Amino acid sequence: MSDTTTITNILTVVLLLTGAFFMLAGTIGFVRFPDFYSRMHATGKCDTLGEGLMLVALIVYGGATFVSVKILFLIMFILLANPTSTHAIAKAAYDVGLEPWRKLDDEVEWVAVRTESIKTEVKNDDLDT
Amino acid sequence: MNIKHFIATYTIVFAFWLLLSAHFDAFHVGAGIVCSTIVAYASHDLLFTGTGNHTLTKIVRFIAYLPWLIYQIVLANIDVAKRALSPGMPIDPRVVTFKTMLESDVARTALANSITLTPGTVTIDIVDDVFYVHAIAKEPADDLLEGAMERRIAHVFMED
Repeated sequence: MSDTTTITNILTVVLLLTGAFFMLAGTIGFVRFPDFYSRMHATGKCDTLGEGLMLVALIVYGGATFVSVKILFLIMFILLANPTSTHAIAKAAYDVGLEPWRKLDDEVEWVAVRTESIKTEVKNDDLDT
Repeated sequence: MNIKHFIATYTIVFAFWLLLSAHFDAFHVGAGIVCSTIVAYASHDLLFTGTGNHTLTKIVRFIAYLPWLIYQIVLANIDVAKRALSPGMPIDPRVVTFKTMLESDVARTALANSITLTPGTVTIDIVDDVFYVHAIAKEPADDLLEGAMERRIAHVFMED
């Protein structure tokens, strides 16, 4: 095996692994994130770079052939289609009125507010009877 | 029918055919000529809308814009990976809106797609000239509202 082939192989493996890592991170994000919109962040971005890196790895491995040019067109298509479809799905969810998940600034305060409102409710119930 | 647009579309479509087929015998090239003619005739007024000028400058500027965009995509991925994998999951999603100064559809599409690809923000909707953007935390939303990307897009499409 000559030196150039070794370097090509190493580069291919590194690119494939990096791509796989980002795909994995995106999938973990998809499972862990709390609501629809934040999940779109995970899938919309990590898929673009993950797939892009893997396709670049294939170009590096294949060399300057017609197949490489076709793969290059695939990368350009993914770059264009991925954010567009992400936007389309997010817009569909927004149009049907799905509310984005909000993290409260102070969870302790929120608990206090909840407790207060429950107390008031109970007190009012007592007054009624 | 605008003959200049037809010829330009024909050239692009036929070059694309040759690239994808990679066969240069009489049958494949002949089929390419027939198909390109039909496609170019049907879609010659789609590719070049004829509204803008300085098309070449815009294309050159857009190609110059791509490396920055790819760099932003890499940053976005590292950002999402970090948020997804860290145990505390530091996210605080919110929806922000801002008014754009961009006029043309192409420029707005480019901005919307760039927002989706850059760290922490996804475009949800565009109503008239207001962008609705979902941000995963406070910092990306602030960065977006600061407007650096919009100025870059405006420069690319010569609307500044």
